[in-house]
Amino acid sequence: MMRLHQPTRRAALTAALGLSLVWRPAAALSNELAGALRGFTGGAPTREGRVKFEIEPLVENGNAVPITVSVDSPMTAADHVRTIAVFNEKNPQRDVFVATLSPRLGKARVATRIRLATTQQLVAVARLSDGSHWTHTVDVVVTLAACLE
Amino acid sequence: MTPRRRIVAALLWLGGWLPAAAQTDGATRRSGFDAMSASLQAMQRDDAQNPGMLSVADGEALWRGAPAPGGRACADCHGDARQSLRGVAARYPDWDAIDRRPVNLAQRINLCRTRNQAAPAWPPESPELLSLEAYVAHQSRGLPLQPSAKPELAPARAQGRELFAQRFGQLNLACALCHDALAGRRLAGNPIPQGHVNGYPTYRLEWQALGSLRRRIRNCMTGVRAEPFAEGSAEMAALELYLAQRSAGLLVETPAVRP
Amino acid sequence: MARTRIQVPATARRDEVVEIRTLIAHTMETGYRAGSDGRTLPRDILRRFSCRYNGELVFSAELYPAIAANPYLAFSLRVDASGSLSFTWEGDNGFAQTESATITVT
Repeated sequence: MMRLHQPTRRAALTAALGLSLVWRPAAALSNELAGALRGFTGGAPTREGRVKFEIEPLVENGNAVPITVSVDSPMTAADHVRTIAVFNEKNPQRDVFVATLSPRLGKARVATRIRLATTQQLVAVARLSDGSHWTHTVDVVVTLAACLE
Repeated sequence: MTPRRRIVAALLWLGGWLPAAAQTDGATRRSGFDAMSASLQAMQRDDAQNPGMLSVADGEALWRGAPAPGGRACADCHGDARQSLRGVAARYPDWDAIDRRPVNLAQRINLCRTRNQAAPAWPPESPELLSLEAYVAHQSRGLPLQPSAKPELAPARAQGRELFAQRFGQLNLACALCHDALAGRRLAGNPIPQGHVNGYPTYRLEWQALGSLRRRIRNCMTGVRAEPFAEGSAEMAALELYLAQRSAGLLVETPAVRP
Repeated sequence: MARTRIQVPATARRDEVVEIRTLIAHTMETGYRAGSDGRTLPRDILRRFSCRYNGELVFSAELYPAIAANPYLAFSLRVDASGSLSFTWEGDNGFAQTESATITVT
């Protein structure tokens, strides 16, 4: 068996580690988040995919964390994203925002800044015009400032 | 021992035998911007996202409006700020010849109000003062900090240099210990910045608001469990003078965004 | 009236998808924070944002305390005709503010 050149193997391992941090199977959703998601979907089945939840995995300050949620969708009258919602695991309440979209937007993409009380999991869910629900779950580490006012 | 105590104890132990702290010289000077994550850098760079730009817009309104009915607006004397104020903030703190003392930009604005506009001085850290200071400093964005070299400022600046190296508070830490010697390392998971002053007033996420350099210095002093320098004190002025020289050459970023 | 900053391109081509970026000054007091007297500061947040394009509601969002202070909201819009965009923020304590922008579509 050919041995990989060291840097390439290291790169491959790093990529695998990185991937494992941003992708996890749906079963790994915490109870709090699963409950919030169920409240939104009404119990309808959800699938991971099509949604991209962009957020820094390591956050310097939880007071204002930039996020972008985008959904792979043609945004036509026949096939578009109706709603995008984000839920958190460990803030005082689960809801972050619920956005209502229309085919007029051309692209399903919402950016904002959110508050994170502590290291936790978050989920972005999209409800499509055909009634299906798609999710992307992320884990974020939040460090606290050493010198607080 | 709690993790925080452990870190502080380690710092104290380190500080005991560290040689005289290496100063950040021109070659190694790095703005706090460089240590931020990509998304925070984008937040600062993009005027449509930068929350400090809301204050800059407030400051512009204050610039144009008369402080009292019949009074003179800043614009009446200074005209278009984009021309008349370009480079001004980059020289501060400066020397006030009338009061014969160093003044920072906020103090200069208040002196203009009382001397030339027949208007009362704004309280320190008030939203109006911060907004106008942000507007004025913003006109120097992209220019290198070039603190005034007036010889009258030298004694206070030298005092500031000493204060920067002096240990304070129950934790017995000096600014230089973290921000010169240990800059780039981490404290409780956060990168220790070199502590430059090229972005003030700064939108600090910790404050969820715009704030001045003095507020930041008071935070630091409270953080080492020291009595912060009083608002109008000679020590505060001296430290600001030294910090400006220490940051000389870095580009003004006002309004900066910092964690 | 809260300070706002809205970025909409002044002109665009028909069927182009443009980016709209909005920023508004608001403390978004969560209702979970204690003031310096130790008592909980009451909640005071923006709760709803909506955008209308030539009168038609194209985008809206329900906001919660987890939205950061000085809320930033950015979204896309496929433009097909010149006209006006209106942006409305509504929130606690009767907060309501609308700002407008125009876009020329060629």
